[in-house]
Amino acid sequence: MVEVKTDSLLKKLSVPLLAVLFGFLVGALVMLVFGYNPINAYSHMILGVFSNPYSIGEALTQATLLVFTGLAFDIANKAGFFNIGLSGQYLIGWLSTIVFALQFPDFPRGVLVPLSLIVGAIAGALYAGIAGVLRAYFGTSEVIVTIMLNHTILQISNYLTNFVIGTGSRTEKVSENASLTLGWLTEITNYSRLNIGFFIAIVTLVIYWFFMKYTTAGFEIKAVGLNPDASRYAGMSDKKNIILSMLISGGLAGLGGAINGLGTFGNLFVLGALPNEGFNGIAVALLGLGNPIGIMLSAFLFGVLNTGASFMNSRAGVPDEMAVIVTASIVFFVGAYYLVEWLFEKFGYKRAQGPHSAEIEGGKE
Amino acid sequence: MATSDVVVEMQHIVKKFGDFKANDDINLEVRKGEVHALLGENGAGKSTLMNVLTGLLEPTEGEIRINGEPTVIDSPDKADSLGIGMVHQHFMLIDKFSVAENIMLGNEEHKMGIIDADTTAKGILELSERYGLKVDPYAKVENISVGQQQRAEILKALYGGADILILDEPTAVLTPQEIDELMKIIRALADEGKAIILITHKLDEIKQAADRCTVIRRGKGIGTVDVASTSQQELADMMVGRSVSFSVDKEPAQPKEVILSVDHLVVQDARGLNAVNDLSFEVRQGEILGVAGVDGNGQSELIQAISGLRNVEEGSIKINGKDVTNRTPRKITEAGLSHIPEDRQKFGLILDMTLEENLALQSYYHKPLSENNILKYDAFEENATRLIEEYDVRTQSQKDPARSLSGGNQQKLIIAREVDRDPDLLIAAQPTRGLDVGAIEFIHKRLIEQRDHNKAVLLMSFELDEIMDVSDRIAVMYEGKIVDIVDADKTSETELGLLMAGVSREEIERQKRENKLEEVGNNG
Repeated sequence: MVEVKTDSLLKKLSVPLLAVLFGFLVGALVMLVFGYNPINAYSHMILGVFSNPYSIGEALTQATLLVFTGLAFDIANKAGFFNIGLSGQYLIGWLSTIVFALQFPDFPRGVLVPLSLIVGAIAGALYAGIAGVLRAYFGTSEVIVTIMLNHTILQISNYLTNFVIGTGSRTEKVSENASLTLGWLTEITNYSRLNIGFFIAIVTLVIYWFFMKYTTAGFEIKAVGLNPDASRYAGMSDKKNIILSMLISGGLAGLGGAINGLGTFGNLFVLGALPNEGFNGIAVALLGLGNPIGIMLSAFLFGVLNTGASFMNSRAGVPDEMAVIVTASIVFFVGAYYLVEWLFEKFGYKRAQGPHSAEIEGGKE
Repeated sequence: MATSDVVVEMQHIVKKFGDFKANDDINLEVRKGEVHALLGENGAGKSTLMNVLTGLLEPTEGEIRINGEPTVIDSPDKADSLGIGMVHQHFMLIDKFSVAENIMLGNEEHKMGIIDADTTAKGILELSERYGLKVDPYAKVENISVGQQQRAEILKALYGGADILILDEPTAVLTPQEIDELMKIIRALADEGKAIILITHKLDEIKQAADRCTVIRRGKGIGTVDVASTSQQELADMMVGRSVSFSVDKEPAQPKEVILSVDHLVVQDARGLNAVNDLSFEVRQGEILGVAGVDGNGQSELIQAISGLRNVEEGSIKINGKDVTNRTPRKITEAGLSHIPEDRQKFGLILDMTLEENLALQSYYHKPLSENNILKYDAFEENATRLIEEYDVRTQSQKDPARSLSGGNQQKLIIAREVDRDPDLLIAAQPTRGLDVGAIEFIHKRLIEQRDHNKAVLLMSFELDEIMDVSDRIAVMYEGKIVDIVDADKTSETELGLLMAGVSREEIERQKRENKLEEVGNNG
C-alpha cells in the first residue's frame, strides 16, 4: 500500500506537484530526443484545452469519470486492498446500465435515469464483492481475482454486444429518457459531451468525504486498513469491512461506467481493451493523496491531459503517444514517492525529526 | 585503577534530532574487565548512546576514544573492527539456520569459497566451554530455547572478536534460573578481560552483576556510581529524578462473586498444536489472579481465547455467568471485558491514528462518541483531554499519531482507554514490559485500584517480581496447563521458578521435606 506520512501541508503537496513536474520534464526529454519542441507542444496542449468551451467540457467529462474510479480505488486502498479491477467493475456498470436502459426505454426520464445508474452501481458493487468475499472468507488475493474478473467481463461484454444485445459490434443508442444531457450545460460548453454526471461526481465527492471522516463505518474502514489486528481487537469485523469496502469501491467504479454509458456514449460497443478510466483511477487516487479535494484536482489534471493530447497532435505535430508518455511518467513519479522524498533530502530539505525521536529510542521494544 | 584499563571513553556526547536532544552531554567510561550498567528510563537516551557507540548514529558533538585513541565510528563495520559487539533485545538470528550457521553469518570460514562449517563449530565449542555458554552448534535456532538463543547471540559477538560487549535488556525474556546463569556468564566474561555494557532498568540485576553504573535521565548524564556502595533506592531515585516507591502497597484481597470462569479449555496455536490444554480456573471480583510461566507455555493463547482473538477448540469461557466461548471480540467486550494486550503495537494501538482516535477505539460506535453512526469529534476531543490528563500521558498534542509516543506513554494510552471503560474483568498481559520503574509503579497502582473497586483482574506476566508483588493468587502455566495455583504471600521465587520449569508439586514437596529448598515458605 502507498503510505503517505508527511510533516506539513507544504511537504504533503510537494510530492504530487513534484511528481507532475517530473512527469512533464520526462515527457519533454522524450520529445526532445525525437526532435519535437516540448514547449511548443505543451503550450498547444494547455492552451488548446482552455481556449475553447468545448474542450473544457470534454476535459471535465473525462475528469468526471476519473473522480469515480479514483474514489473507488481510494476506499479500497484505505481498507488495505489494491483494487486493480476498477476497469472490470466500470465496464460491468456500463454494460448493465445500457442493458437496463434499452429494456425500459419508455420509463419517464426521472425514473429511468436514476434506476439505470443504480443498476450500474449495483452491478459494479457485486462484481467487486466477489473478490471481497473470496478475500474475507478464503484469504484469496484480491489482486489476482480482480485481474481475472477484468478479463472475464471484457469477453462477456464483447460477446453480448456482438451477439445478444447489439448488432454490428454495437448496441442501439438508449432512448432520450435515459439521457444525461443537460441542455444549458451542453450549450455553454459548445456541444461537448459534458452531462449531469459532472454534478453527480461533485455530490459523490462530498458524500465520500463525509462518509470517510464522520461516519463510524468510515472510521472502521480506515482502522482496518491501518492495522487489521488492532481493529479486530477493538471489536471491528475484518470480514465485514473487507466486503463493505470492496462493495463501495466496485459500486463507485460501476457508477462511473454507468455515467460513461448513458452520458458520454449512449450505447455500448465492442472494446479492444479494458477501459483506461479504471487504471487511470489508480493514478488519480495516488496523485490525490487519498484526499477528496486532491482526487478532484488530479482527476481534472488527467482530464486536461487526455483531452489536450489531441492538440499536441493536431497543432504541434506531436503524436498522441507523447501525451500518454507524460501521463505514464506522472504515474511513475507518484509511484516513486520515496524517490521524490529522497531527492528532497538530498537537496537540503531536512526532515524535522523532533517528535519522532521517540521511535528511535523506543524502537527496540 | 590505571587509566590504561579504560577501553571505552565517550566524552560530552550530544546527539540532536532536529531541535530535540536525545543525548545531551553524556560521559561514559568503561574499563577492561568490568560490568558497566547503563541505567535509565524508557526514552532516556540509552539506545541512542549505544547506537552512537556501535556506529549506527553519528554524534552531533563529543568525542569517542577506544583504548585511548580518539576514534570516529561511522559505520557498524567500523564498530565491529574495533571489537565492539552488541546483543540486541530482539535476537537477530535466522530460525531455519543452525546455531553455527548463524554465528558464522558475515564471518564465514571457507576454503576456496566452500563454507567450512566444522572449523566454525570447533571455534564455537571452544568459546562456549571457555565462558560456560552451553549451546549445541548444530541445533537449529527454531528448536532451542530463548535462553539458548541468547547464548548463541553472545557467542556470535565473541566469535566476531568482540572485546567490548553491549547487552541490551538481556533478561527480559528469561526465566529466573536462566537469568542467574546469564549473570554468571557475564561475570565470567568480565573476569576474562572483556568490557561489558549492560543496558537495563532492572535494579536487582545491576546489584547482582555490575561493578559500576552510569545513570541517564532525559538525555542527560546524571553520573557514574560504584554499585557496591549504592542502594537500589538511590539508583532508582537517580534514574527517575524523584523518590520512587518499590513496595506495592495493598490490602489483603476480598474476593467475592466469580466473574471469569474458564472450564476445560483447549486452544490451538498457529501451528495447530494444543497450546492451551484442558485448563480450568476462576477469577473473582476484588482479586488479582497472576498467570506466571515462561514465554511460550500457552499464556498468550489463553488470553487471546478469552478475549475472542483466537478460536476455542473445546471447553467454555464465561464472563459474569454469560457464555462467551467463541464470541466476537465486540460481544466479549460488551460482556464486561477490558483487555490490555500483550503486543501493544500490534493489537493495542493503531499507530498512525491520533491519540484521540486511539482513545476512542473501543467506544467510537456508541454515545457519547457517536450518535446514529455519525462520529462526534468534539466528544473525541473531550474524551482524550480528560484521559491524557488523568493518566499522565506525555505528548505534545493529542492530535499527534500514537506512533510519536514513547513505549511507556503508548502503554498508558491503552491503560487509560481500557480502565476508563469500567470493566468487570480487566485482563492485563505483560502490562509493564519494557517500561521503567516510574511507569511500572503507576501501572501497578492502577491494577490494584481496579481490584479495590471490586473488579476481577487477570495479570499475565513473564516477570516474576511483578506477578509476586501485584497478584493475590498465582496460577503457574507449563505446557498449556495450570500446574498449580498458589497464594502470592505463601510462595517464593524458587518455588514458582520450579513450577514454571515443570517440576511437579509432589516433587517440590518431597524436596521441601528433605530440606533442599530452604527458602520455600518465606515470601521471596
